[in-house]
Amino acid sequence: MNDMTPDRNERQANLKGLGSSRKRVEDLRFTQGKGNYVDDIKLEGMLHGDFVRSPYAHARIKSINTDAAMALDGVLAVLTAKDLEPLGLHWMPTLAGDKQMVLADGKVLFQGQEVAYVVAKDRYIAADGAELVEVEYEELPVLVDPFEALKSDVVLREDLDPKADGAHGPRKHHNHIFTWEVGEKEATEQVLDSSDVVAEEMVYYHRTHPCPLETCGCVASMDKVNGKLTLYGTFQAPHAIRTVVSLISGLEEHNIRVISPDIGGGFGNKVGAYPGYVCSVVASIVTGLPVKWVEDRMENLMTTAFARDYWMKGKISATKEGKITGLWCHTTADHGGFDACADPTKFPAGFMNICTGSYDIPTAYLAVDGVYTNKAPGGVAYRCSFRVTEAAYFIERMIEVLAIELNMDAAELRRINFIKQDQFPYTSALGWEYDSGDYHTAWDKALVAVGYDDLRKEQAQRVEDFKAGKTRKLLGIGLTHFTEIVGAGPVKNCDILGLGMFDSCEIRIHPTGSAIARLGTISQGQGHATTFAQILASEIGLPADSITIEEGDTDTAPYGLGTYGSRSTPVAGAATAMAGRKIRAKAQMIAAYMLEVHDDDVEFDVDRFVVKGAPERFKTMKEIAFAAYNQAIPGIEPGLEAVSYYDPPNMTYPFGAYICVMEIDVDTGEHEIRQFYALDDCGTRINPMIIEGQVHGGLTEALAIAMGQEIAYDNMGNVKTGTLMDFFLPTAWETPNYTTDHTTTPSPHHPIGAKGVGESPNVGGVPAFSNAVHDAFRAFGLRQVHMPHDHWRIWKTANDLGLHG
Amino acid sequence: MIPAAFDYHRPNDLNGVISLLQEHGDDARVIAGGHSLIPLMKLRMAEVPHLIDLQSISELTGIDSGSTIRIGAMTTQADIIDNASLASSAPILKEASLQIADPQVRYMGTVGGNVANGDPGNDMPGLMQCLDATFILRGPNGEREVKARDFYHAAYMTEREDDEVMVAVTFDAPKGGYAYEKQKRKIGDYATAAAAVIISKDGSTCKEASIAMTNLSDTPVFCAAASDSLIGTSVSAEDIKNAVNSMIDAIDPAEDNRGPVEFKKHAAAVVLSRAIERAWQRA
Ligand SMILES: Cc1cc2nc3c(=O)[nH]c(=O)nc-3n(C[C@H](O)[C@H](O)[C@H](O)COP(=O)(O)OP(=O)(O)OC[C@H]3O[C@@H](n4cnc5c(N)ncnc54)[C@H](O)[C@@H]3O)c2cc1C
Repeated sequence: MNDMTPDRNERQANLKGLGSSRKRVEDLRFTQGKGNYVDDIKLEGMLHGDFVRSPYAHARIKSINTDAAMALDGVLAVLTAKDLEPLGLHWMPTLAGDKQMVLADGKVLFQGQEVAYVVAKDRYIAADGAELVEVEYEELPVLVDPFEALKSDVVLREDLDPKADGAHGPRKHHNHIFTWEVGEKEATEQVLDSSDVVAEEMVYYHRTHPCPLETCGCVASMDKVNGKLTLYGTFQAPHAIRTVVSLISGLEEHNIRVISPDIGGGFGNKVGAYPGYVCSVVASIVTGLPVKWVEDRMENLMTTAFARDYWMKGKISATKEGKITGLWCHTTADHGGFDACADPTKFPAGFMNICTGSYDIPTAYLAVDGVYTNKAPGGVAYRCSFRVTEAAYFIERMIEVLAIELNMDAAELRRINFIKQDQFPYTSALGWEYDSGDYHTAWDKALVAVGYDDLRKEQAQRVEDFKAGKTRKLLGIGLTHFTEIVGAGPVKNCDILGLGMFDSCEIRIHPTGSAIARLGTISQGQGHATTFAQILASEIGLPADSITIEEGDTDTAPYGLGTYGSRSTPVAGAATAMAGRKIRAKAQMIAAYMLEVHDDDVEFDVDRFVVKGAPERFKTMKEIAFAAYNQAIPGIEPGLEAVSYYDPPNMTYPFGAYICVMEIDVDTGEHEIRQFYALDDCGTRINPMIIEGQVHGGLTEALAIAMGQEIAYDNMGNVKTGTLMDFFLPTAWETPNYTTDHTTTPSPHHPIGAKGVGESPNVGGVPAFSNAVHDAFRAFGLRQVHMPHDHWRIWKTANDLGLHG
Repeated sequence: MIPAAFDYHRPNDLNGVISLLQEHGDDARVIAGGHSLIPLMKLRMAEVPHLIDLQSISELTGIDSGSTIRIGAMTTQADIIDNASLASSAPILKEASLQIADPQVRYMGTVGGNVANGDPGNDMPGLMQCLDATFILRGPNGEREVKARDFYHAAYMTEREDDEVMVAVTFDAPKGGYAYEKQKRKIGDYATAAAAVIISKDGSTCKEASIAMTNLSDTPVFCAAASDSLIGTSVSAEDIKNAVNSMIDAIDPAEDNRGPVEFKKHAAAVVLSRAIERAWQRA
């Protein structure tokens, strides 16, 4: 060693490992327009598909005439259910154990449902062909309200035997899908009856949509010579899609290659399998040519997976002092025409049973009834773990309502009910084992950061000024302390279509000391190529810049369940660390051989193995990598590779404290966010800059949902918000400034202590924004109004409270 | 969102445009910035077998601003915002244009397209009525003039004949204070309610007033009674209230995703009182 030798800190910094705000390596191509998305894929002779869709929400199909379409020059085929039936492909299984029509089989159940699929030489001819298909409909009564659907004589799903059990047990009515119950009903009801105070509310979390910038699409390419199908698509779970395609098409799985290229946002919308994929595959098999199908924006908003639509009736009880004694919830879940929710099999309402939140609630009960209506199917986790935003919104509203009932400060009410640090691991009344947390520290830090007590004083003064006619603006302080449950999940209780929810990483170290790692997940903008390289850099001592991360090609990547539910870091990130450790273990033996000492006499130090007690004797990982390929080492195979399939022992439980300060104009219903403070605890922080970006993005989606974004239907089942003119997607203009902060409580069971963060801001953000609106009107008697809080609804709230004189 | 097939024409002079319009009748439409027409074509709500592009016709561009202002039909909203002399002679145009859509749309959208379109959501028709502008139309029989206040019959139904082209808008440079006040849900949105107000002063009383409202009926609404009610008053809170009440009588909003009728009337009242207050302060 000499003076030029970098010291330990420099060596550490060179790796750009854990904790480094390394710039995103993918941005080079994204910011230069060099991304490669599905619609960029152009294959020789490629055809284009387009759908004929139902204008009606509920109708019988009397006839379909395709003659005029087929007569159009350039149209090669028009597929209807009749054509798919002989192949058994007119229906397909959903992720939720139901089945869904690929093309309308006798009737349609929602507006925009796929009726026929036109295949043509170019995209324009396909659209012209779709116009020429004549469909005769007979309108049927439409059910858009799930409560009415459960009472109505109108049978939506005529294909199901009303007496037979569904995928999740008995059905109570022909429009009922399942009942899911967790916790203790009687005990909870007894607690409610005997408590000092009970607050009761209906909390509705409206139907919305993930609306990724890139819509869903695919290119199916069947090579009739070698019998191989290549399917490019916007898939958040490419490996699962391959298995599904194999199961429903009968093609052997080794003959199917699924590729997810660059994906322009997913947010849950791209987890499921859609009719467009099936039709494109069939069309490619039939024609022997590649077939592309890409949705337009309206199709995306109207037909591919929506999110939320939960009617959550709640009761929460407490002592006079505010100690919560029990929580009761009955949810009516509107699933649309088919149950196509993307949840682990055993959880038909996802992880809704995290709805006790951050609070030590001794007794609780949750029941969820799934219902069919004449709306699009879906029910995906829009930037949240399965139904966790619904759960967080529910409990954070119930806490606020309880605070009103108790005439108590909502921050204090939260504080006295938090699960205490020494209670972790904590088993909740609804059955989850929270791995770790320190809620009081986070909460106090947040309250101090925003100057909570002064804000309350200012608010009280504002109310006085308003009453005195000096101002028309109210001030709302929106509080939220959320607990997420992510990283699905342990194979013992988490699977999708029978596939265990483990994930994987395979690493190859090249002789010159660089590496490629492939994972079973797929980035849709989260920056995996950046962060997973950082995990590895710290584990194996090679610089992140020398590590390529590759995902999304099922022929090369190891099997995994994909990216959604903030599972990539908790599961695939863990697999990456574990595979890295296997590399390191072998490297240790190689180093010991090279240094001529026993394996136990060397130890890892940042980027090298050193002889214990003699740090001047070392071999760098780069040297070891070369040795792995050029030396015959007794008892050790050549090469340096490792694979890990990681089955997580538990979920991880990120949490956070968010505070939103909002000004509301009671006359126009307009709002202005004066301050938004977001403290996140996601355990070990891999890349603080990416975390900040994720938090900004998630908060902006939360703002959208709380303040205006919805999929609204009229009584006829027409979608009223099918374009971006009416469906609110915030731009920089509407996006407020965010202050981010953190505490760090590592997960005790995750190899590097990381918990996942991508979805926390949506889970915590929605209640923070919504609570701010509610809080502004608390002094005037408001308890609960439904989101989204757009101008006219806020105006109506003010009007109903008599604030317009 | 794929339009049906169409033929594309790009004549170099107005006569060429007019003869194409005569030749194809109903089957032809002119296209200016395309930011209202193309979305309709993509949604297949407008079928236009013959699209006649106006962008090569130089006589449709340009802004003359003196005591009488003339703005060529192909002038974009961005051109208006950038024109310093217009900003000083008729600042309400810049204030209103900045509230239309977003910068990308404003680089394409034209004055002619905005006023000829006939969509009640467009901001310029109400603005032109407030300014008491005149539209210059040219057809097979030459030019004629139509007052903005007489131009609009119903949604997408205007005084313009199918074979006429909007050449320019003209108006006298407005005197006094002005305000364009618009409530919208987000950037790029049409108005929930918008008010254009111009007021001039004589000492401390109102000499002239002009009020027009946008997206509160199936046409823009020039509010003659509301305007007149301010004249001779000191524009007190009470006077504003009276003007607002007459405006409410003149509008006829419809429920949509922006809200129910009652809310729209409320929003209209709020934007108009704010606009009058601001215009009066500037008068
Ligand atoms: C996202 C978005 C947001 C928008 N928000 C707003 C808004 O807030 N406020 C607003 O006012 N507008 C808004 N617009 C519309 C925009 O301002 C349009 O550009 C404008 O309405 C039409 O102008 P254009 O030049 O694009 O006309 P085009 O779309 O080319 O034409 C519109 C119609 O006018 C006819 N036409 C055009 N020029 C002439 C002419 N010289 N003579 C005769 N007929 C003619 C065409 O045949 C067509 O029927 C928005 C548009 C978009 C896409």
